Amino acid sequence: MRLYEQPAHVLHDMLVNKEITSVELTKDVLARIDEVEGDVKAYLTITRDEALKQAAAVDEKIGRGESISFLEGIPGAIKDNICTKGVKTTCASKILEHFVPPYDATVTEKIQAEHPVILGKTNMDEFAMGGSTENSAYHPTCNPWNTQCVPGGSSGGSAAAVAAGTAIWALGSDTGGSIRQPASFCGVVGMKPTYGRVSRYGLVAYASSLDQIGPIARDVTDCAHLLNIIAGHDEHDSTSSAVAVPDFTKSLVADVKGLKVGIPKEFFVKGMDADVEKTVRAAVKQLEALGAEIVDISLPHTEYAISSYYLIAPAEAATNLERYDGVSYGERVDGSGIVEMMTNTRSAKFGEEVKRRIMIGNYALSAGYYDAYYLKALKVRRLVKEDYDKAFEKVDVIVAPTAPTPAFKIGEMISDPLKMYLQDVCTVPLNLAGLPGISVPCGYSSSHMPIGLQIIGKALDEATVLRAAYTYEQSQTFSKEMPELGGKKA
Amino acid sequence: MSYEAVIGLEIHSELKTKTKIFCGCATAFGAEQNTHVCPVCLGLPGVLPVINKRVVEFAIKAGLALNCTINKFSKFDRKNYYYPDLPKNFQTSQYDLPIAEHGYVDIDTEKGRKRIRITRIHMEEDAGKLVHSGNTIKDSDSSNVDYNRTGVPLIEIVSEPDMATPQEARAYMEKVKSILEYIDVSNCRMEEGNLRADLNVSLRPEGTETLGTKAEMKNINSFKAVEDALSYEIERQEEILEDGGHIVQETRTWDPDKGITLSMRTKEEAHDYRYMPEPDLVPIVTTDEEIDAYRKNLPELPDARQKRLEDTYGLSSYDAGIITASRQMAEYFDAVIADGADAKLAANWMMGDLAKNLNAEGKTIEESPVDAKRLGQMIVLISKGTISSKIAKKVFTEMWTSPDAPEKIVKDKGLVQITDTKAIEAIVDAVIAANPKPVEDYKAGNKKAIGALVGQVMKQSKGKANPGMVNKLLAAKLDA
Repeated sequence: MRLYEQPAHVLHDMLVNKEITSVELTKDVLARIDEVEGDVKAYLTITRDEALKQAAAVDEKIGRGESISFLEGIPGAIKDNICTKGVKTTCASKILEHFVPPYDATVTEKIQAEHPVILGKTNMDEFAMGGSTENSAYHPTCNPWNTQCVPGGSSGGSAAAVAAGTAIWALGSDTGGSIRQPASFCGVVGMKPTYGRVSRYGLVAYASSLDQIGPIARDVTDCAHLLNIIAGHDEHDSTSSAVAVPDFTKSLVADVKGLKVGIPKEFFVKGMDADVEKTVRAAVKQLEALGAEIVDISLPHTEYAISSYYLIAPAEAATNLERYDGVSYGERVDGSGIVEMMTNTRSAKFGEEVKRRIMIGNYALSAGYYDAYYLKALKVRRLVKEDYDKAFEKVDVIVAPTAPTPAFKIGEMISDPLKMYLQDVCTVPLNLAGLPGISVPCGYSSSHMPIGLQIIGKALDEATVLRAAYTYEQSQTFSKEMPELGGKKA
Repeated sequence: MSYEAVIGLEIHSELKTKTKIFCGCATAFGAEQNTHVCPVCLGLPGVLPVINKRVVEFAIKAGLALNCTINKFSKFDRKNYYYPDLPKNFQTSQYDLPIAEHGYVDIDTEKGRKRIRITRIHMEEDAGKLVHSGNTIKDSDSSNVDYNRTGVPLIEIVSEPDMATPQEARAYMEKVKSILEYIDVSNCRMEEGNLRADLNVSLRPEGTETLGTKAEMKNINSFKAVEDALSYEIERQEEILEDGGHIVQETRTWDPDKGITLSMRTKEEAHDYRYMPEPDLVPIVTTDEEIDAYRKNLPELPDARQKRLEDTYGLSSYDAGIITASRQMAEYFDAVIADGADAKLAANWMMGDLAKNLNAEGKTIEESPVDAKRLGQMIVLISKGTISSKIAKKVFTEMWTSPDAPEKIVKDKGLVQITDTKAIEAIVDAVIAANPKPVEDYKAGNKKAIGALVGQVMKQSKGKANPGMVNKLLAAKLDA
C-alpha cells in the first residue's frame, strides 16, 4: 500500500502518530507524479522544491512536539484560476502564460495558514469555460480511469490529480458544474458550496454571479475538513455570506433516518445514459434502505436552465475578460496603434471557446438585445430558483445524477459545442439558484467508468448535504477505489 | 431666423474621501506615478471591489443638498468600453438605479432667478491618466498609464437641458460647485480635475419646443472654458443652420488655445456601453431614518445663508450673493463679524481691499495674510472712531505684511484719529490763512471749493484728523 492512496484524514493521523513524515508522504506523491503524470497531465505547474521545503518544515514542527492542523503537511493542488502569490496563475490561457500574481486569493491564504504541502497548479478549461479540460490552451488532461477519456471540466486537472493519487486533495471552482462533473467522471468527491459561502476574492472571474470555489477530495470526510478551512465571510468579497459557518465535521454521522430525499423527474432526461440512470436509481434505493424517505418532486423549469446559463455566464464573462488587453499585464501582441494592439492580443491569445462565449455575451448585452436575451435569462433564473424554494418546502435534500453520461472520449464532442453544453444539464441549475451540491461516487458504467451521485441542499445547508453524502459513502466502497493506471492497480 | 440654445451639463466631481471607491488606496493628488495602486484598482485577475461607505454617504449628501430624491434601493452597473486608462475596460458606474434623482438648483440670471432641474446623480470610479512621451498624443512615440487616479470616487450630476445661455451654464456650474463645497464632499479644485463638465448643446428656432441635434463637449475644466466653448459652439451651429445645413450628432473637444471645438467622434462611432448589473457588489439599501439623519446634519446651504445675511444684517442681495457663493468666503465673513464688527463694513472690506489684494497675489481667501479676526478688529476701530476709513486703508496695507494686531499698528505708527476739536481747529485756521484763493471761491458761492481745504487739513494732519469734524469746522468758519 502506497501513501498516496490514502485520504487526508488517514494521513493526518499517521503524521500525528509519527508513523510517517510529511517528507516521506510528499516524496511518495511526487514519485506518483513521476509515474503517471505523463499519462494524466493534470498539472500546469509543479512546485516540487517548494513542496519538499514545506514538508520539511512541518516535520520539524512535529519533531518539536507541536500540534498540527488537519491539512498540515499533506500534499494537495490548486486549480490554476485561483491566485497564488509568486506562483504562475494562467487560467490555462495563453493570455496569462507568464502571469505571476502579486497577491494570494483569500482561499489560498486560508489554505496556506494550515501549512499544507502545495504541489502546484492544476489544468482546466481556459478561464473555466468547458466541461472536458480539452479547452486548456496547453494540453488536455486525461481521465485516470481511461486515459482515452476526458476527466470532465473545467476543474479536470484537480479531479484527475486526486483520482490518480498525484494529489491528496485539491481546490476547484464551479460555475456550471465544474467541480461536480469532473468529480463524477473521475470517481472522487467534489463539492460546490452555496454561492457566497466561500470567498471569491482571488478567483479569476468567469461568471461572477455563478462562480464558487470548492473542495475535491478522496472522500466526504476530507471534503468536510476542507470546507471548514475555506468557508467564511471575507471583507474583500461583498457577495460572501456573513452567516456563521458550522463545523462541517459534525455532519460526518452515518444517519439519514427520516431524511426527506426529493427525486426530481426532470433530471432523468431522455437521452440519458442507461448506466447512469440505473446506477443513480440504485443509489436512491440504497438511501431508502438506510432510512431516508424518498419523495418524487418536480422542478419544472429545469429544461430552461441551460439556455439561461448560456446567456448569463457569457454576458458576465464578456465583461470580466475585457481586462485582458495587453496594456499592463498578461501577454501582448503588438500592433500599429492601441486598438490594433488590443485586437491582436485578444485574437491571438484567447482560445476558440473563450472567444465564442465573449461573442455570445456581448451580443446578449448589446443595445436592442438586452431585454430579449439577458433580461429574459435573468427572469428564467428566478423561476429556476423558485422551483427549488418550493421543492425544499417538502424535502431536505434533492438527489439526482451529476452528469447525464460517464466520461466521454477525448475529441468526441469538441466540435459540437451545443452537445457539450448539454452536459451541464444536471449541474447548472444549482449555480443559477446558488445552492450547494456534492458529487459522490456511486458506481461504474459497463465500461468501468465512474458515475457520480449528486446531492443538492438548501442554501447554506451544506451540513445536511454532507451528512447524506457521508451516510451513503459509508454504505459502500466506491470512494476507496482507485483507477488502474500505468499498468498497475493502486 | 433666430435660434435659441438648449444646454445641459454633466458635471463630474471627485469626492474627497481619503481612500478610493473600491479599495484602500489613497486618493491624494500629485503623488509619484503608480504609487497609489493595489491589485484591486489595477484590475488584476481575480480581484473584487468593495464599496467605500463614505462614497455612498457623500453621494447622498450631495443628492439632498441638490434637492434630489434619494433612491432607497440603488445598484452599480458595468459600463463597458475599451480604453487604456481603464484597467478593467469597464467602468463601475450606475445605470438604471442611481443613488439620487429629480433635484434642482436655482441660479441668478439677468432675468432673475431660474430653476435648473437635475435629472440624476450617480456614483462611479474615475479612470487613470495617460502620460504621453511627447507634448500631445499625436506627436508621441509612446504613452504610459498612471493609475493613481483609477478608482478615485466620482459623482456625476446630470442636469436637464434647462439652460439657454453660456452665462446660465456657468452660473449653474458655479452654484453646484458652491453647494458641493458647502457640504464638504469635494475639493472642487478645477485645476486638478476635481470638477469637470461635459456640455451638451443644441439649437432650435426661437419659440419652438422640439430639441435640435446636439453636440457634446467633454472634460471642460474651467468656468471660462464653459462659457467660451458654449459660445463658440452656439455660433458654429448657428452658422451651419443659417446656411441650410444640419448638425451632426457628435462628441467634440474644446481647444482652449485655439478657442475652437473639434470633432472627436460621431454618433455612428459612439460606444455601445453594454451596461450590465455589477455582480461583484451588492445593492445599496438606504433607510428613511438614515436619509433623515443625513438631511438633519446638512450645513446651511448657499441660498439659505444668503437670505440670512440679507435678513439679519441688511446686506444687499448682490453683496450677500457674492459673500455666500463660496463656503470659505461665507465662513470668513462670519468670523469677521463674530467679535462685533459691523456687517456692512465687513462686506465692503471683503469685496473691496481684501478681494483686490487677494486677486493681485493670486491667493485664495484661506491663504489671506489678513485673517478674519484681525479684519474684524480693524473694522471695530473704524466704528469706534479710533481710525478713519482712510487711515484704515493704511492699517490694512500694513497688516498685509505684518502679523501685528491692528490696534498695535495704529499705536506704533501713530495713526490714531485726531478728534480733539482744538487741535483740528488750529490746523483749520492755519489752512484758511494759507489758502486765500479757495476761501474766496467758497465765499463767492462755489461750495465745492471746500474740498481743496479739507484736503489740505487732512494732509497736514497726516490723514489723522476726523474727516467729519474737519468738514464741520471748516464750513462753520467759512460761513461765519
